[in-house]
Amino acid sequence: MKKDNKPDNTAFTQQRLPAWQPVLSVGIVLPLFFIIGLAFIGIGIGLLITSNNIQEFEEEYTGIGDNSNCYICANNATANCKCTLNFTIAQPIQGSVFMYYGLTNYYQNHQKYLSSRDDQQLAGETYYLKNPSQSCKPYQMDINNNPIAPCGSIANSFFNDAFALYYNNQGFLDEVKLDGSAIAWWTDHNVKFSNPSQTGSNLSQIFEGTVKPINWSKPVYNLDVNNPDNNGFINEDFLVWMRTAALPDFRKLYRRISGNYSSFMPSGNYTLEITYNYPVKDLPGKKKVIFSTVSWMGGKNQFLGIAYLVFGSLCFVMGFILLIVYAKYQNVEDNDD
Amino acid sequence: IWSDTRTVYVANRFPQHDHYIPQKFADNRIISSKYTVWNFIPKNLFEQFRRIANFYFLIIFLVQLMIDTPTSPVTSGLPLFFVITVTAIKQGFEDWLRHKADNEVNGAPVYVVRSGGLVQTRSKNIRVGDIVRVAKDETFPADLVLLSSDRREGTCHVTTASLDGETNLKTHSAVPETAISQSVSSLEAIVAVIECHQPEADLYRFVGRITVNHCEEEIVRPLGPENLLLRGARLKNTKEIFGVAVYTGMETKMALNYKSKSQKRSAVEKSMNTFLMIYLVILLFEAVLSTILKYAWQAEEKWDEPWYNQKTEQERNSSKILKFISDFLAFLVLYNFIIPISLYVTVEMQKFLGSFFIGWDLDLYHEESDQKAQVNTSDLNEELGQVEYVFTDKTGTLTENEMQFRECSINGVKYQEINGKLVPEGMAEDLPDAVDSNLVNNLTWAYFPTRPKSSEEDILFLKAVSLCHTVQISYDQADGLGDRQANGILHQMEYYASSPDEKALVEATKRIGVTFNGNNGETMSITSFGKLEIYKLLHILEFDANRRRMSVILQTPSGEKMLFTKGAESSILPYTKTGEIDKTRMHVDELALKGLRTLVIACRHFTPEEYIEIDRRLHEARTALQQREERLADVFSYIEKDFELLGAVGVEDKLQEKVQETIEALRMAGIKVWVLTGDKHETAVSVSLSCGHFHRTMNILELVQQKSDSECAVQLRRLDKRIKEDHVIQHGLVVDGASLSLALRQHEKLFMDVCRNCSAVLCCRMAPLQKAKVVRLLKTSPEKPITLAIGDGANDVSMIQEAHVGIGIMGKEGRQAVRNSDYAIARFKFLSKLLLVHGHFYYIRIATLVQYFFYKNVCFITPQFLYQFFCLFSQQTLYDSVYLTLYNICFTSLPILVYSLFEQLVHPHVLQNKPALYRDISKNALLSCKPFLYWTLLGFCHAFVFFFGSYLLMGEDTSLMGNGQMFGNWTFGTLVFTIMVITVTLKLALETHFWTWMNHFVTWGSIAFYFIFSLFYGGIIWPFLHTQDMYFVFVQLLSSGSAWFAIILIVITCLFPDVIKSVFYRHLQPTNTQKTQLNRNGIGISCLDSMCCFSDGEKACAPVGRMLDRMIGRCSPTRVGRSWSTSDPYYSNDRSILTLSQVEATPC
Repeated sequence: MKKDNKPDNTAFTQQRLPAWQPVLSVGIVLPLFFIIGLAFIGIGIGLLITSNNIQEFEEEYTGIGDNSNCYICANNATANCKCTLNFTIAQPIQGSVFMYYGLTNYYQNHQKYLSSRDDQQLAGETYYLKNPSQSCKPYQMDINNNPIAPCGSIANSFFNDAFALYYNNQGFLDEVKLDGSAIAWWTDHNVKFSNPSQTGSNLSQIFEGTVKPINWSKPVYNLDVNNPDNNGFINEDFLVWMRTAALPDFRKLYRRISGNYSSFMPSGNYTLEITYNYPVKDLPGKKKVIFSTVSWMGGKNQFLGIAYLVFGSLCFVMGFILLIVYAKYQNVEDNDD
Repeated sequence: IWSDTRTVYVANRFPQHDHYIPQKFADNRIISSKYTVWNFIPKNLFEQFRRIANFYFLIIFLVQLMIDTPTSPVTSGLPLFFVITVTAIKQGFEDWLRHKADNEVNGAPVYVVRSGGLVQTRSKNIRVGDIVRVAKDETFPADLVLLSSDRREGTCHVTTASLDGETNLKTHSAVPETAISQSVSSLEAIVAVIECHQPEADLYRFVGRITVNHCEEEIVRPLGPENLLLRGARLKNTKEIFGVAVYTGMETKMALNYKSKSQKRSAVEKSMNTFLMIYLVILLFEAVLSTILKYAWQAEEKWDEPWYNQKTEQERNSSKILKFISDFLAFLVLYNFIIPISLYVTVEMQKFLGSFFIGWDLDLYHEESDQKAQVNTSDLNEELGQVEYVFTDKTGTLTENEMQFRECSINGVKYQEINGKLVPEGMAEDLPDAVDSNLVNNLTWAYFPTRPKSSEEDILFLKAVSLCHTVQISYDQADGLGDRQANGILHQMEYYASSPDEKALVEATKRIGVTFNGNNGETMSITSFGKLEIYKLLHILEFDANRRRMSVILQTPSGEKMLFTKGAESSILPYTKTGEIDKTRMHVDELALKGLRTLVIACRHFTPEEYIEIDRRLHEARTALQQREERLADVFSYIEKDFELLGAVGVEDKLQEKVQETIEALRMAGIKVWVLTGDKHETAVSVSLSCGHFHRTMNILELVQQKSDSECAVQLRRLDKRIKEDHVIQHGLVVDGASLSLALRQHEKLFMDVCRNCSAVLCCRMAPLQKAKVVRLLKTSPEKPITLAIGDGANDVSMIQEAHVGIGIMGKEGRQAVRNSDYAIARFKFLSKLLLVHGHFYYIRIATLVQYFFYKNVCFITPQFLYQFFCLFSQQTLYDSVYLTLYNICFTSLPILVYSLFEQLVHPHVLQNKPALYRDISKNALLSCKPFLYWTLLGFCHAFVFFFGSYLLMGEDTSLMGNGQMFGNWTFGTLVFTIMVITVTLKLALETHFWTWMNHFVTWGSIAFYFIFSLFYGGIIWPFLHTQDMYFVFVQLLSSGSAWFAIILIVITCLFPDVIKSVFYRHLQPTNTQKTQLNRNGIGISCLDSMCCFSDGEKACAPVGRMLDRMIGRCSPTRVGRSWSTSDPYYSNDRSILTLSQVEATPC
């Protein structure tokens, strides 16, 4: 008889494919635990040391409480109200120092807020400059139906406090130079955001026909008076703000300390001059400034180091427990059989 | 005349009066396809959306379209589209194949008599009433009533192998009035009307009559199944026939028989739906909770509308209730992915692809008959791993259905067949003289009238056996029977019978000396010890399951009319008047005890007057159009009585090979085997014993021949008590059909109690419907066990359809069981591999698949839920829309699919050799409450770890990059998502025990794909997209060292407890499966060498193991693994094996 129906005798059809068949037995896991435990404890120590080497200094300036310097500014809604904040740095800070501003209880991650922007407008597409997306509502058009550039809630609520830092050098104030370049992502600055281009026109001409966001004091093409290239949609402070934070308490990079103090901040008294504009009192939120050095792993972050240490030790403990159980209950199992 | 009949005018000669309204009939197109080009999309969509899960996603999609939701409609629309498309492509392809087959069939050329000549046309053009010509070896294009053949008597032979698998030749005949019209021209002249019932599926039922205008008078002739040529059957041994089409196209019996069967759902599918409902509740809960919390939060205005996030006028003014509802719906949409959309499509693909392994399995291939296992439905694959009860037929299933005549009892004397001679029992077989003398005796019976009485009766018995049957003869060059008889070359002929018993009997009488030469429809001829005798065949009273006998009425050469009957002893002995009744009954019992199938032969002589009466009644009943069956049954019982008993025959049915081992294996797997048979009590018990179903150490309880209800109850209670008193020994129960129906009527519960406590149950004397009833009874008993029915014959069909899993044996009794089964195998012994190996594989595969799907979606959506607590319940998504869309269809779909196709917890040989492993998965163990809770909780835990791990990392909100820059919300979401994809994939990797190259490929490939995709997706400013949220987010994330460390830590943290848990369980309470895994491939693992259980690692850590061994001080030679190998005989004749532990001791 012809064997037409005979199935093929291949490893695949017969489910005999060569296969690695690991078994998670105590035998394998035990050494694994010790190895992982050791490795993690090592990594944890490394991370912790790195993190501890980072110096961080935080100062709040919300202006709540009568004795606070910014109390007047916080309760008095005049524009460009100035207040100062004096602080002392006990240990000199080695390395380049980054200056952040921080807000708390501020929900940049609210869905309505987060979507209230027009990436096409921000990418410099001329059509969208004059015709911002619906998603920008209620900051799409102003009362006179002029397009707002940049449109949307995020842009409208752009952080507009300004800071100047002085080192109290034996009685006279030496200004600490602050560098505002490269504080936003390179790709944001160079690719994702760009100003609308129009040959032979300067920025103010290009933005003609649009109005500045309602809360802004300056139009977008005039954000940085000192550096004409840092204006329009590619203003770095603006870019930093537009990268919305994930959680309600967040920091944003403000400046890098440059000039004489770029690699070393001596201990002593400093004065921070704040141009107080941004209202957070009703949120109720806090505003603060942070000075921090960074390492390869970023700013000060104890969590990773501790987590690695804890987990590494846990592995070790489990390994020992397992070893004991393994030794002790071996016989029980045998008797079962 | 009646609404339930159709009137067919032969050659469409309609009556020429005005008020004739032609009946409408279907055309002869066979449509097995479900769709046409035009209705494919609407119809297929409709069918798909009838599925609850698809419908759910459609609703979600519509909600997204209608209201302003946080995610774009694409996120649920695309996966839905994907799922629907994949299913539609699969179904469309299948339908295209069906279309192709249909076209081939419908376009086949046929010859039809039209307008005075033979016209070639396409099969689909045949109309009811057309006269069709079919030539030799062609199949019939429609259901035809035979008008004439090239033979004078108007007979033809057909095989119905493609319909019911019966390979024997069946004779069909035309009515004499039309049989003479053998040419086209004479056929044209026929004026005839056929009335028959409306189409019905029963292949063996046809009731009709033909009215022929013959020589100016109307002659009415009955039509029965023997006049009907079924579509699909093939013409044999006949040059050509003409027939008139009565049922065409979809109304043919063949088409009616291919209607889809009722859908069976597996236990896994049921649990899956339950899980779905639970998740739906979780989803609703989360959505309601979020909505309530949102409003609780928004009660204060400073949260509701801070200065930086003003609302539009429209939002301020919209109604509160509407907002509440739309918020709720938005949350629903946000969390909807907790219901795994691709679960169904993956399950379907897994079942479809996975089922090929059954057909491919060489171990399920039967060399002799060239048959491989066949999967009729892939929906029940996993149910094979869940079987608790096996109901098996005996004949043809446990046995070969190859009958061998062994013994007979003639007129009170028992004979054995030895070397073609009948030897009276008691004559010692080792005395050749005696045999010789008997041989002489035997031969002389016919010629020497010295012992007239005995010889006459003996020969009458032999003649009865050789005449009372429906066996056909086929010759190599089949022409007509007449030529062959004339040649007298008889040794080339072969008998074809629908029942193997008949074949065995006719062959036996031929060996002994009474040869059946053939049957040409009207006469039967036999050669009795060299003397040719021609009997005129008057009537055949066909076999049916109710009467359990068949008869022929013949006119003997001497002109006497007599009836021969054969059948079960219970259906003949009560009607017998004369003969050695008591002795024969005793002999029948003795034969049955030897495991032989017994048939009793009897005859009846008719006086001429009696015969005339019988003939009239039979004709009347056979021509009746209404209640023909009932009337025939009445007439049959009128005829079949007052028998003269001739004797009994015992036919042996050989056991199939390895039946004993298979039953043993099933029993060790915790499966209870019930044998359901139509045989008599003694036969059944003896076969049961010989096939290992019952064994000698078993205490066999009987519930037989119960006459009354009360008696039955008393006996049941007695048995119940007996079992409870004596639970050390195993019990077997024998029930017969009559007692069973009594027991089932009133004492179902008691009966079930008894049955459950018996390790083997044998039901004998069962009618087909009773078999199904028993299955249903167990199916619906409180434990709701999973049942499997296996059988080979038409009488098993009801049981096969009733059971959760129906298995057909491709045997000798036609293909009806195979057609109606879910799986078909060639031999009973294949059942053990099918259940123990394939069932086990499919079950663990699909169970893990289902659990894993729910798990990965919990992991997916819970962080999204948690994020709401940090974004004022504003429905902000954590992940980008593209990730939301692709998570289920790209990033995590393939590893689980490959896992669910290839996973093997234990090697197939091991599974087959250690049936007890089957118990580890019984009762839907992997999908019960505990594992489900475990997986769900695991999903939630993992989700918490992903989310809060990332939160703690980002929460202090320091920079994570070396250049001091900050991350945003999308980076946070991507971090969680990355951790999740890796964890979820690795979790499956931990579950995988069988790593083929494909598993490696898809597991690592999926993770790699995720990275490559994300780099690509984030690396481009996408035109046509409004937002570019993800631009360079992923690259920035990867450029952060802290993020890498966090990913590694969180992934390992997630998997760590899982590893610990499984290690502890494996060590402290290993399941049998796990013990076997350690022991696999026959590697005896001694002591701590098991540290290095996988062969690669063995060398590496063996020294450590030895060292530790010495340290703990427990290493003795006796601990060295007792390895077993596949060659070890795992069954032994020693029944005590059953009382031993079923899994061998596992070292270490």
